[in-house]
Amino acid sequence: MPKLSAVYNNLLGKYQAVIAHKLFWPIFLTAGLLFSIAASTFDILDLYLQLILIYVGINIILTVSLNLINGYMGEFSIGHAGFMAIGAYIASILTVNIFPSSAITFLFPVAVLAGGLGAALVGLVVAVPSFKTRGDYLAIVTLAFGMIVKSGIENIDVIGGPRGFLGMEKLTNLPWVFFWTILSVWIIRNLVYSKFGRGVLSIREDEIASDLMGVNTRQVKVIAFVVSSFFAGIAGGLFAHTIQYINPRMFDIIKSTDILIMVYMGGIASIAGSILGAFIYTILLEILRPLGVWRMVLMPLMLVLLMIYRPRGIMGMREARLFIPLRDLLASKLWRQKKKEISDAPAGD
Amino acid sequence: MPLLEIKNLTHRFEGLCAVSDFNFTLASNELVGIIGPNGAGKTTVFNLITGVYRATEGSICFSGNELVGRTPHQITKLGIARTFQNIRLFKELTVLDNVRIARYGQAIYSPLEALLHMGRYNAEEKRITDHAMELLSIFKLDDTANERSKNLPYGLQRRLEIARALATDPQLLLLDEPAAGMNPNEIKQLMEFIGWIRKTFQVTIILIEHQMRLVMGICERLVVLDFGATIAEGLPMQIQNNMKVMEAYLGKEMVK
Repeated sequence: MPKLSAVYNNLLGKYQAVIAHKLFWPIFLTAGLLFSIAASTFDILDLYLQLILIYVGINIILTVSLNLINGYMGEFSIGHAGFMAIGAYIASILTVNIFPSSAITFLFPVAVLAGGLGAALVGLVVAVPSFKTRGDYLAIVTLAFGMIVKSGIENIDVIGGPRGFLGMEKLTNLPWVFFWTILSVWIIRNLVYSKFGRGVLSIREDEIASDLMGVNTRQVKVIAFVVSSFFAGIAGGLFAHTIQYINPRMFDIIKSTDILIMVYMGGIASIAGSILGAFIYTILLEILRPLGVWRMVLMPLMLVLLMIYRPRGIMGMREARLFIPLRDLLASKLWRQKKKEISDAPAGD
Repeated sequence: MPLLEIKNLTHRFEGLCAVSDFNFTLASNELVGIIGPNGAGKTTVFNLITGVYRATEGSICFSGNELVGRTPHQITKLGIARTFQNIRLFKELTVLDNVRIARYGQAIYSPLEALLHMGRYNAEEKRITDHAMELLSIFKLDDTANERSKNLPYGLQRRLEIARALATDPQLLLLDEPAAGMNPNEIKQLMEFIGWIRKTFQVTIILIEHQMRLVMGICERLVVLDFGATIAEGLPMQIQNNMKVMEAYLGKEMVK
């Protein structure tokens, strides 16, 4: 009976997708939160492993946010570490010099948020050249921006200049990293599956056609740059309160390149890819630590091989079903059902 | 009042005059063809109307609004949509997303509501998704909604491009060589298709075309461009026998 099996397949597909969405996220979020709180309060996870997980989280935030510009929008930004630096310095100055040290644990999220907002404000400024320049030229603009941030900080003596800035308490812990990582992934995924996100993708595909189809390309670019730099700033604040010492050289072109590698390894225009890329890169760097300086030869070599055999990265232009909203996942299925109902309805009704 | 009124439109690219002193009026519900040899400035006229280029001189008035100086998406919002000579779909995106992108101006929610998936977001997304699926089903493309548009066969890509243009709710539809790469049989189908679109969606259409068979068959009026200037205008029958037009297409010697 072909008809019955078609109905069955239809139901099964819907069932899987619904189950995946309705059950996976609450279980994953609760388990993740409980685990991270338990790990940081009780002595069940080695401090070194905790630190690696913190780096994984920070790198996921950096990768997902850069993917918005380099992957989804198809631009090439090499200044992501600059936004990270702004977030790191703002958050650090707030917790060290401005907030009272007695309330610092409670005010830490405010400091991180302020770092993100500061970076977002600068992102707004960087969005402006993107109206006029594209491709290689915008890459040069973002490169210059990264240099400006680094040299700027080096010349402000009040915050340590080239000597760096210290005195932060170790406020970043697993639960906070878990919270900010989930928040950034959720918000960027939300943006991607909205009219603005589709606008970002259409700019990547054909900017003029996109404008002609009614997409306000300037508005879309501003939103993408602001959101992207906001989360880079958040990652900066978390990073500064993990290693408790920052200096301008930490946020130079090398750091930006690291993030680029994670984006292109995981795959462009993919949330799942960004998470995979950040995870694999961070963990591999740690596993290869015994190799000493040679790991910095091996890792890029792996990237070269990846680009040859999988040029779009692991998940390039593809998305895990978990991140796709049910409406999009089921759009054509629901439509077919609706059409069937209309055609099945008794005539003359 | 005419729907579209173009007065003394001139456009120069660094000294090369692509369109010179072009005048044109269009009434609601007309179907007009713009023809002319390669490089006559036909596509440039479309690019000027839709705001891709900014006219050097002249004015373009669309239902009371001056278009010169407006950005393409503002012009689209006023009710002008177009297709392209060489198909310009969003290749890596799905058929459904291609159409939903064109509903950008019709989905009313703020960036904040988009970031949180709250407020008007859900209702508006449902509305534009339903509308897009309905439009795709009218164009018999609903079965391919989840395909990447680059994977569609050529004919369906052309059809999707027209569906995408119509998704912006236009009053005026500009078709740039819709018959490019089609055989006589397909052209015949396309003629019926364009007539059907015009009736179903109540749009005024300007058509750029090389294929004489197509323009003679469906256009009510023709404008002939050569070297950026209008050399003839009138009913298809009149144009067919116009000496100047034959010269432009075939060269003076051939006509003699």
